[in-house]
Amino acid sequence: MAILDVNTLSISFGGLRAVDNFNITIEKGQLYGLIGPNGAGKTTVFNLLTGVYKPTEGIIRLDGEDITGKSTIEINKAGIARTFQNIRLFKDMPVLDNVKVGLHNHHPYSTLTGILRLPKYYKVEKEMDERAMEILKVFDLDKEAEYLAGNLPYGKQRKLEIARALATDPKLLLLDEPAAGMNPNETQELMDTIRFVRDHFDMTILLIEHDMKLVGGICEELTVLNFGQVLTQGKTAEVLKDPAVVTAYLGE
Amino acid sequence: MKKNMNKTSKNNFITYAMVVVIFAVVQTLSSTGNLSNLLKGLLVPLCVYTIAAVSLNLVVGFSGELSLGHAGFMCVGAYSSALFSNVVGDALPSVPRLILAILIGAAVAGVFGILIGIPVLRLRGDYLAIVTLAFGEIIKNLINVLYVGVDENGIHVATSSAGLNLEAGGKQIMKGALGISGTSTLYKDIKPYLFLIGIILVLITLFVVQNLVHSRSGRAIMSTRDNRIAAESVGINITSYKLLAFTVSAALAGVAGVLYAHNLSMLKVSIFDYNLSIMILVYVVLGGIGNLRGSIIATIILYALPELLRGFSTYRMLIYAIVLIAMMLFNWAPAARNWRSRIVEKIKGTRPKKEAA
Ligand SMILES: Nc1ncnc2c1ncn2[C@@H]1O[C@H](COP(=O)(O)OP(=O)(O)OP(=O)(O)O)[C@@H](O)[C@H]1O
Ligand SMILES: [Mg+2]
Repeated sequence: MAILDVNTLSISFGGLRAVDNFNITIEKGQLYGLIGPNGAGKTTVFNLLTGVYKPTEGIIRLDGEDITGKSTIEINKAGIARTFQNIRLFKDMPVLDNVKVGLHNHHPYSTLTGILRLPKYYKVEKEMDERAMEILKVFDLDKEAEYLAGNLPYGKQRKLEIARALATDPKLLLLDEPAAGMNPNETQELMDTIRFVRDHFDMTILLIEHDMKLVGGICEELTVLNFGQVLTQGKTAEVLKDPAVVTAYLGE
Repeated sequence: MKKNMNKTSKNNFITYAMVVVIFAVVQTLSSTGNLSNLLKGLLVPLCVYTIAAVSLNLVVGFSGELSLGHAGFMCVGAYSSALFSNVVGDALPSVPRLILAILIGAAVAGVFGILIGIPVLRLRGDYLAIVTLAFGEIIKNLINVLYVGVDENGIHVATSSAGLNLEAGGKQIMKGALGISGTSTLYKDIKPYLFLIGIILVLITLFVVQNLVHSRSGRAIMSTRDNRIAAESVGINITSYKLLAFTVSAALAGVAGVLYAHNLSMLKVSIFDYNLSIMILVYVVLGGIGNLRGSIIATIILYALPELLRGFSTYRMLIYAIVLIAMMLFNWAPAARNWRSRIVEKIKGTRPKKEAA
């Protein structure tokens, strides 16, 4: 069964149909790309999938479960985690704690246990520290664990966002322009990391990206969005050759 | 990660130690006769405002909301506990009576916190500031016209003295604008220990706030401050964690109110006004938002200073203003912050970046 199955998803802002009749099916373990010119509606699709916006029409199924119209929190608990185009970290908290907030719902203990420092507090905090460090290692951020997130260089902030999202143990990971602002070396390194995350965590990933080298290099399938509508869908190599896609980008 | 844990416990420990040292110094000064009566009179109020400032910092510094009605929560804590003490009277010995009074003051203030927080904290934006401001004023005006008395038929509540209809032998406890009198006389036997009790309450407040902040719930609270959209995206229920911070803060403000009420022979509602809320907010802001130790230091300096300067009556407010500005610069000016982190760097030999908030 598909991990993500979206049918006739639409939303209007006033008169503008920012996303119009959007369909997508993503299988487990796929690395899937969502591309399109600026303002095509890609981020809006992410906002619809994560419950930031309520769709005016359409249905979203995650692993068979209908999550349409649910809140962001419920959707995260159901198994979708994301990063943001304009980085949104917990800037005044240490890197480690950013990831630990991501672990919040998977390692519970009560507020009172925390205040009274009962034995469970130490036990669960230790588990969280270990798990968080494991995740940070994947992104080569373990040495910066105690830095404030806002003090990290830009490229590392992007990685930390992915780490935090992964900490919520999602079924589907949404990355909004993960390579934005990175130099070619960093982008190359990020591609390896994304592939590693997919293999190591057995993750399904949907990513938005403008960097065609990254898209062509790691995405197996693509959906091209233009003016809120699906232009083409299919295997990466074929989609990138499609003349309609080329005009959409050049005509931008 | 082990290091991280030890660092926060060390940090917490320094704060407790600071309070204990201050207590020891004051006690020594006082037993050697080096403390004027004027200063002695400031000690318990100092504990009151320290508790208030530390608890307000939980809301302002850690959950990132603005509350302008902290005096209102102190007020309900003060009145509910003083009412309790006076109704119970000599039926209970002082110590258990005071403990119960503290719990009641905290609970009543906490309930008001929940009642205000539930509708307001759902909203995005600075509604909390407006609503808490209104709450403080409304509570003050309500209590101003509230009369409570007891007789053999039980407790009577009215809006005028005559309206109480007390039987002969009944006792008026709350007298509107005249407030509640005689609470401290009920605690004559423990009056000399009230400063010690105040210090213990300060330590308990610090224990609750520091441990809360450095726990799973505390991280959730701070995440809602730093970025609510991101917090929701990782499954954090913003409303409930903001409500948690606000309620704990209100309950602790209630404790400050209890201590205030039980230190006085005359409890009047007029002191719990807007100015008090602002004064506590000033302590928090100047001590450093999110910096608990700073709240304590700022409270001590800014509360004691005007009193200590009474001798220089002409220049008193001028000196006070200069100290305010100096503290503001010390805590917030970028140059001063850099200078401080360089000092920290030198002392610890670590990079300033690693300094956690
Ligand atoms: N909350 C909103 N209210 C009104 N219009 C919106 C809102 N969110 C997005 N839009 C509009 O919807 C369209 C799609 O925006 P979106 O951010 O999804 O584009 P995008 O494909 O992510 O573009 P980019 O590549 O620049 O990030 C834009 O025209 C945008 O102005
Ligand atoms: Mg976008």
